[in-house]
Amino acid sequence: MSIDAAQGPSYWLRRLGGAVTGGVARVGYATRFLGAVLWHTPHAFRRIHLTLREIYFSGVLSLVIILMSGMFVGMVLSLQGYETLKRYGSDEQLGILVALALVRELAPVIAGLLFASRAGSAITAEIGLMKATEQLAAMEMMAVDPLARVVAPRFWGGVISMPLLAALFSAFGIFGGYLVGVRLIGIDEGAFWGQMQAGVDFWPDVTDGIIKSFVFGAAVSLIAVFEGYDSKPTAEGVSTATTRTVVISSLAILALDFVMTAFMFRGAA
Amino acid sequence: MNRSAIDLWVGIFVALGLGAILFLALKVGNLLTLDRAPGYRLEARFDNIGGLKLRAPVKAAGVVVGRVEGVRLDSQTYEAVTTLRIEREYQFTKDTIASINTSGVLGEVYVGLDAGGDPAMLKDGDRIAKTQSAMVLEKLIGQFLFDKAQESKPLQSGGTSVGGGAPQGVKK
Repeated sequence: MSIDAAQGPSYWLRRLGGAVTGGVARVGYATRFLGAVLWHTPHAFRRIHLTLREIYFSGVLSLVIILMSGMFVGMVLSLQGYETLKRYGSDEQLGILVALALVRELAPVIAGLLFASRAGSAITAEIGLMKATEQLAAMEMMAVDPLARVVAPRFWGGVISMPLLAALFSAFGIFGGYLVGVRLIGIDEGAFWGQMQAGVDFWPDVTDGIIKSFVFGAAVSLIAVFEGYDSKPTAEGVSTATTRTVVISSLAILALDFVMTAFMFRGAA
Repeated sequence: MNRSAIDLWVGIFVALGLGAILFLALKVGNLLTLDRAPGYRLEARFDNIGGLKLRAPVKAAGVVVGRVEGVRLDSQTYEAVTTLRIEREYQFTKDTIASINTSGVLGEVYVGLDAGGDPAMLKDGDRIAKTQSAMVLEKLIGQFLFDKAQESKPLQSGGTSVGGGAPQGVKK
């Protein structure tokens, strides 16, 4: 404390400056890293089994949590939406409410958050541990580029899995909303589906959701592989990197979601 | 986990995902309903269609029997020309009246069909002769105020004549 005080305000100013330039440099490094991953993309598709393996780990193994969450979110939406719509005597509109909320917003965002914590953290931990146990260095010794062999397939596995997971989230959410709205509460089945079909358009409602989930998949996958690749090669470094992946991915998803929704917002008409 | 098992699981996953997108497109977003439900088309001309939108329902006795397929303006008569696609199983008489209604206060705008007693039926491409335009609230209020003003005018002029007569009477 006395040392800090002795160093005066210039010390803190230097630390602030260091933190800012360090952060900006890290963003620059991440961008360069993205370029390198994209450069090695052909490798991920030429050796398709590497990418398929990653789709299995990040997509197929996330299915259970995504489908369960989708169901429950749809069921809750149905209950809550009914409560509110009933006040205006328009509870027949429940189908539209559930479908639009899920397809446009909730499915990409919640599936993205779950994907970040279920698959993104696993990717970071795996790559971080590979780095800590010097497997990446060993690959380089064998003239195998870890970016091509390890990073690019994981990145593309995530990018491909995410839209499919979000679409499944939507479909199961709507099914959950149907179960609660029609089977439990007793809204007319024809009105539920009919209003939904009249109010939801494939273009742009469903496609907006698919675009969002695609962008979230790319963002989460990039953050996950970058944090793993850039982690300190120690046990603590891997754990820090895993935490950072989940935190930064979640913030990135919510921020990107706002930006994209602002772009896709079509005004009152 | 060997390679073929992974291929199988990824295949199942991708098929499920594409199935979900297909479900969203067909069951939720009715991408193909226009092709799926053929019907016949009727034309109805209105002075004013109010807030009628494309794909609004066409109802008879409250039952949805079709959709509004096209809305355009006739540049000769300045009437709104709507094309209604009616499901084939429903037939309407020649003297059917088409009107533009709103369901509830906040509800959607729809076209209502009231069948008459004519034995002849409307066929594909026919025009519905009798139509009733949308009630536009501003016009209704304007009409109401105008009527009120009309109502009070003769009263007022009578009043002035009486008032004009009274001083005369006083003068007498």
